[in-house]
Amino acid sequence: MEQFNNRNVADNGYFMVDIEDYPTDGWGRFKRIIERTFRLELFVGLWVVMREMIKFDIHTISYPEEKMPIGPRYRAVHEMKRLWESDAERCIGCGLCEKICISDCIRMDTKIDEESRKEVTEYTINLGRCIFCGYCAEVCPELAITHGGEYENASDQREHFVDYEYMLTPIDTMKANAQKEFEGFGAITPHEDERVTKTPLSY
Amino acid sequence: MDNAYLIETVIKVVVILLVFSALAGIGTYFERKILAFMQRRLGPMNVGPFGLLQVGADGIKLFTKEDIIPTNVVGPIFKIAPVITAATAFMAAAAIPFLPSFTVFGYEVHPIVADINIGILYVLGVMAIGLFGPLLGGMASANKFALLSAARAAAVFISYEVVTGLAALAPIMMVGSLSLIDFNNYQIENGWIVWSQPLAFILFWIAAFAETGRTPFHLIANDHEIIDGFGTEYSGMRWGLFFIGEYANMFFISFVIPIIFLGGFGDGTVLGAFALLGKMAFFFFFFLWTRAAWPDVRPDQLMWLCWKVLMPLAVINVVITGFVMMF
Repeated sequence: MEQFNNRNVADNGYFMVDIEDYPTDGWGRFKRIIERTFRLELFVGLWVVMREMIKFDIHTISYPEEKMPIGPRYRAVHEMKRLWESDAERCIGCGLCEKICISDCIRMDTKIDEESRKEVTEYTINLGRCIFCGYCAEVCPELAITHGGEYENASDQREHFVDYEYMLTPIDTMKANAQKEFEGFGAITPHEDERVTKTPLSY
Repeated sequence: MDNAYLIETVIKVVVILLVFSALAGIGTYFERKILAFMQRRLGPMNVGPFGLLQVGADGIKLFTKEDIIPTNVVGPIFKIAPVITAATAFMAAAAIPFLPSFTVFGYEVHPIVADINIGILYVLGVMAIGLFGPLLGGMASANKFALLSAARAAAVFISYEVVTGLAALAPIMMVGSLSLIDFNNYQIENGWIVWSQPLAFILFWIAAFAETGRTPFHLIANDHEIIDGFGTEYSGMRWGLFFIGEYANMFFISFVIPIIFLGGFGDGTVLGAFALLGKMAFFFFFFLWTRAAWPDVRPDQLMWLCWKVLMPLAVINVVITGFVMMF
């Protein structure tokens, strides 16, 4: 932690670049040309690209086969969670998500079932309208609706609906204890610790 | 003219046409791969193993695209311009000895279409005629930016013809012949010309970049206007012909530089043949290497470099060579 508390980053490592004045007369320009020619500046550039080719440190991700790990905060297509205790659906049909949705893309219908509990009969989200603001997940009192990491939802139509069954965690996944819990809005991306660098704040 | 000679020449012409058309395609593959590796990318990967069949895919695309002749263009000139570029590039190959002579079934083959006594002059001259491809294409296109690019291309090509010619003049004076075969034989006895003419070698090499329109001098494509220069209005295989011409030119100039300065194919052994191919590969690779590393220069800087630096140096080089030879 000590190294991150030291904010005086300007004291170590930063320095003023010595920039020469531009030559104004012909002789000065001539000297500069000669200097640049025989210092072989062009070969520095050649060496840099050759070095990168030899190192072969390729940064390309061949996308459909390889994918980047996606952060838990990412707000992609919604998911409906189940209860860990009973594998029952968490959604209690309160309708808050439908109410808060600022783009009016959630539509739900409920009924009172035989045990006089509220049951969701219809639940669809129009992804063509959804702006993925995350209000539905934030307002949900049961942590039932959350955002998942499934971002490949290209569609050939403007209206593209996902329904309750599509979003609900499959019962097999639930039985295998493989349901991914939403880590919360402050959750950080995996391996983020290694990427943390100091912000230069010495002013 | 006997029949055997005629048949041999026709076969050689066909082989050169086929090999270098294919090489022009494969050259684009190498260019994309090497540029990608130098920029930490992968390049074409999906068509075939390591993207090797990308060339075929590009070929199919170019051949099957609609051939559009836009309105207001000068039709016949617009149509003939890409052919000029490709044709002159391949015509230049006629006087280049690609390999030492070898024997097949007791028949001695000289891998040069015509060992004319003005070889180097012919090669440089025909490559210079290639200027008319971009120039006429740009002027006939009815497009201001294509016209600008054509004017720029003409200025660059004509200026650097001077440097190429003067740089090649000093070795020509030493060899006393214009035939590229004679250049090769001279270097067997007297060592590589690059040791006695290092300045001419560098000047010729620099001018080769301008002659082929490659990156430090890549002004013929208007990169700053984000269009393809004189090729803006072209589509399909007509544009492809410009491309084949450019890459064929790169290959041929990569053959000419080692033949003039770096000993050519040597004394005609298999080793010498492979050495020539290796040198050619290095010069071709260098074209791609500079494209990854160096920025383009401005047109005025290019003209400045040509007329105020390279041409005086070339003239001084010729004068010094003359004095050394005289005394």
